[in-house]
Amino acid sequence: MTALCLVELDGAEPADASLRAVTLARSLGTGVGAVLFGGAVPADTLAGYGVTDAYLVEPSAVAGYAPRAWARVLAGLIAQAGATAVLAAGTDRGHEVLAHLGAITGLPMAANCTEVTPHGPGAHRVVRHRWAGLLLEEAILEAPVALLTVAADAVQAAAAETPAPVAVHVRTAELADEDLRVLAVESPAGAGGASLATARVVVGGGRGVGGPDGFAPLEELAGLLGGVVGVSRVVTSEGWRPHRQQVGQTGTKITPEVYLACGISGAIQHVAGCAGARHIIAINTDPGAPIVARADYAVLGDLHQVVPALIEALRARRPGPA
Amino acid sequence: MEILVCVKRVPTVGGTIAVTPDGQQVDTRMSGWTISPHEECAVEEAVRITERLGGTVSVLTLGPEAAVAQLRDALALGAGRAVLLETDGREFGPIATAAAIAAEVRSRGYDLVLLGNEAADTGDYQVGVRLAHQLGWPVATGIKNLTVSAGGAVACREYRGAEETYRLPLPAVITVKEGINLPRYPSLPGRLRARRAQVERSPAPWRPEGLRKQALRVPAAAGRRAVILGHGTEAVPELVRVLGELGVLP
Repeated sequence: MTALCLVELDGAEPADASLRAVTLARSLGTGVGAVLFGGAVPADTLAGYGVTDAYLVEPSAVAGYAPRAWARVLAGLIAQAGATAVLAAGTDRGHEVLAHLGAITGLPMAANCTEVTPHGPGAHRVVRHRWAGLLLEEAILEAPVALLTVAADAVQAAAAETPAPVAVHVRTAELADEDLRVLAVESPAGAGGASLATARVVVGGGRGVGGPDGFAPLEELAGLLGGVVGVSRVVTSEGWRPHRQQVGQTGTKITPEVYLACGISGAIQHVAGCAGARHIIAINTDPGAPIVARADYAVLGDLHQVVPALIEALRARRPGPA
Repeated sequence: MEILVCVKRVPTVGGTIAVTPDGQQVDTRMSGWTISPHEECAVEEAVRITERLGGTVSVLTLGPEAAVAQLRDALALGAGRAVLLETDGREFGPIATAAAIAAEVRSRGYDLVLLGNEAADTGDYQVGVRLAHQLGWPVATGIKNLTVSAGGAVACREYRGAEETYRLPLPAVITVKEGINLPRYPSLPGRLRARRAQVERSPAPWRPEGLRKQALRVPAAAGRRAVILGHGTEAVPELVRVLGELGVLP
């Protein structure tokens, strides 16, 4: 018995979200088989997270990202590996590939799981996100093979206690033309910069920023902390900032070490996006703002004074320009 | 261009979200109802496409009679036709939902079906893909930039800070995300037209699915109780110390 886990790569290493999925896969108590498309197998890292087998699908078999083709390969591997579950990170790609796999096999799929335990033959008990994690659903997934995506902002990646060597299997894919009809053409623009989803520090700005011109200090602060700026939904609805900076249920879900929320009240749709932050620091004039109740630390004050003062203090810590 | 947009009626959640005492549903006594946000953008996108290329936007929802309110909201934004796939109040799973929509698509014929990437409430992330497989159509999901012409669709989404592009022949299924556009406010004539418009109705067959809800609950609070670092700029030295403690200072 084994649980297959789709592993997305971030450069040469497994994406953090995929390591979280591998961690949840271990809780099934079976072996864990990682499935990778292209590249080389990062065997040491995978072994450290308890992966026992790695299935490398040759790049020549599927050029680039083709969701239906990836799902077709997984469908073939289920039988070959004797899989009782297939997992993927709850990313755009993870959700999409597993949805295709569900459609190809006729199996049900549970999205954004936070817990999974075997529940007798052919069934699992799962806990999964609804409302982007504002609610938890306890459910029974009855299926010969459980298809699960993993809520990447709610499950921490944890190394295995007893890593074993990874057996690598190289596979070629048998695909139909229709499997390759929809292919991603990746554009290099924008790649390489810190992304909102993976940044270690996010400086958030909300209605309290006041308008489109108020974000320069937040950008500067984010730069000093090696992070990026994220914003609340009202900021994007007003057109102050582009939607790709939105943190929330309908934007990006973030998992930074520190989320510094400036002038953000903490509407529930925003909380759905930032609940995965390890630490939240709120800067807000209103001690009764919901974000303050969700924060670890709070500064009660106007961000228009606090942020420039913080920037000054951080600059003073650094060796000054010659 | 004949476009079908599938929308879902969901509770409006603002400051809090609560569950009914039996643990089966969101407590909506204090909330209103709305179109799930990604799908409101899908309606706007469809209206913009037909404004450019001609054709009709049909809007569909699967839900109880009360969901007619959300169909009328979509009509007010510029949809020309509304279809209610009426349920008996039971929650439909993604497989039954996709099957019911597929039946409507087959009976009428469309060039393009737009859905939200995921519903705000159930978050199943699969209805659009399952629908495409049932129809034998190509599908792209999570789209935030869409260009449709008679020859096909060019659809873009974000991937790790970059943009990836898909080219699809029509007919196709495309699921979109908020941010693809800023939906317009309904005009007064639009609202009046929507109020009078006919809604076509047909029953949707429910079927059991492998994923069965047992109960809903609100997650236990993370146990955070904010430490107040101070007031205004006087708090800055303490704030710098905390940032250092958390290991995020350069």
